[in-house]
Amino acid sequence: MPRMIMGIESSCDETGVGLVRLADDGTVELLADEVASSVEQHARFGGVVPEAASRAHLEAMVPTVERALVTSGLGLPDVDAIAVTAGPGLTGALLVGVSAAKAYAAALGVPLYGVNHLAGHIAVDTLQHGPLPAPCLALLVSGGHTQLLRVDDIASKITEIGSTVDDAAGEAYDKVARVLRLPYPGGPPIDKAARNGDPEAIAFPRGMTGPRDAKFDFSFSGLKTAVARWVEAAEARGEAVPVDDVAASFQEAVADVLTAKAVRAADELGIDTLVISGGVAANSRLSALAAERCAAAGIELRVPRPRLCTDNGAMIAALGAHVVAAGAKPSALDISADPALPVSTISI
Amino acid sequence: MLVLAIDTATPAVTAGVVAVRPEGSTVLAERVTLDARAHGELLTPHVLDAVREAGLTLRDLDAIACGVGPGPYTGLRAGMVTAAALAHGLDIAAYPVCSLDAIAAGVTADEPFLVLTDARRREVYWAAYDARGVRTDGPHVARPAELDSPVQRVVEHERPAPYGIAAVAREAVLAGERPAPLTPLYLRRPDAAEPGARKRVTTP
Ligand SMILES: [Zn+2]
Repeated sequence: MPRMIMGIESSCDETGVGLVRLADDGTVELLADEVASSVEQHARFGGVVPEAASRAHLEAMVPTVERALVTSGLGLPDVDAIAVTAGPGLTGALLVGVSAAKAYAAALGVPLYGVNHLAGHIAVDTLQHGPLPAPCLALLVSGGHTQLLRVDDIASKITEIGSTVDDAAGEAYDKVARVLRLPYPGGPPIDKAARNGDPEAIAFPRGMTGPRDAKFDFSFSGLKTAVARWVEAAEARGEAVPVDDVAASFQEAVADVLTAKAVRAADELGIDTLVISGGVAANSRLSALAAERCAAAGIELRVPRPRLCTDNGAMIAALGAHVVAAGAKPSALDISADPALPVSTISI
Repeated sequence: MLVLAIDTATPAVTAGVVAVRPEGSTVLAERVTLDARAHGELLTPHVLDAVREAGLTLRDLDAIACGVGPGPYTGLRAGMVTAAALAHGLDIAAYPVCSLDAIAAGVTADEPFLVLTDARRREVYWAAYDARGVRTDGPHVARPAELDSPVQRVVEHERPAPYGIAAVAREAVLAGERPAPLTPLYLRRPDAAEPGARKRVTTP
């Protein structure tokens, strides 16, 4: 069984390379986690520019692999398998990682595993907290995704319970940050401003929480518009916008809906472990409220450290290790990246 | 010297193995598929097939020559990152080759000529060559009507072939030169507009 797995991630604006070691008992140890980000190139555009991200991936790919090898003290001949994000993500960005992974697999004569980015966000938790209990519930929140997932087996069975019907939670953060004239990406500056604000100052709407709404789906588009309307009305009255209060009240609405639905899903499905991952998992109010509500409901909460929550190669290496350990078949070298890969397809 | 030639700057997915010798080069095997959407899928399989047909393994290769464009397809990067990762994995050098030069290397001419490839958006990539095939101008990107060159003979709808790709890198390969960085010839900036003033959701 391959023991040393290299993971390559290039689905959005981070070029990530991770190295993990798979032990005989199935535990997975992190050896290296190197990321090159092109986020600064996108900042003035207020969102990821796909062509610029793809160009940055090409430039960063081999240097990032080299850095990961140096960090781990390993050489390329020590690598026993390559895992790569096959989707979902930006087409041109995925293409760079998948092409690189195929070439490394061919050059080293080792198997290739094309794996699911979303499953990687969950698998990464095993690097910090050990094996996942089965079943567990995962709340995936990032700039691109907002999903509730039932995980019966990280290597083979993940089922979507609910997802956003419009914007991802992280996208709402970026848009609200623009309304408040805060920098991109919007998560950290809103979180910071919110610490000085009153979360109950403004009653922003909780999307998809009506009696006839889908229980476990999310919507953040109405919230984003409500914030913009509120700010514009204040400006029209010639008032100074209380940025801290708007940020705190917006953040409270997001954290409230996410945690309420996650806890309710865990309760209804009889699941007692919740994993929260993805870039927005690093949000301080989300993790605090989740901790509070999980404790009250008797649910064990697992949130990987912030560095593991954002996109990186370690999550892909970790998922690759679980897929290898489960004895899955390697991918053919003519696989294509799938920008819309469903979360139920964990490896291709 | 056994050279792996790769190019994905045009709709062709091109891989070949070329024996490069001081007295002349021989193409041992090549795999080419015309499909602008399949660079990512087919390139590594093409490389492996060509190497196998040549009776070799990847470990026998001495160098890689890779087309670096100009090319309008996102697939250009598939070829370049494949070359870079193969070179890293095999610990051999990868030499960048202007894809238009690689086409020019396959042209027999007794007069100056232009090489044109499709840049999409009703534009072409072009470069000018003298009668010996040495580039004298370009590469540029332009609308065909605005193409500014006195040269009359035009070579278009051609694609870089393994022989031409290896031929451009030949001297550097035989001299064992340190390769220049594999930097793509984009010639265009990424499409991106900076956001203007914030759009209102309410009417003032
Ligand atoms: Zn992600």
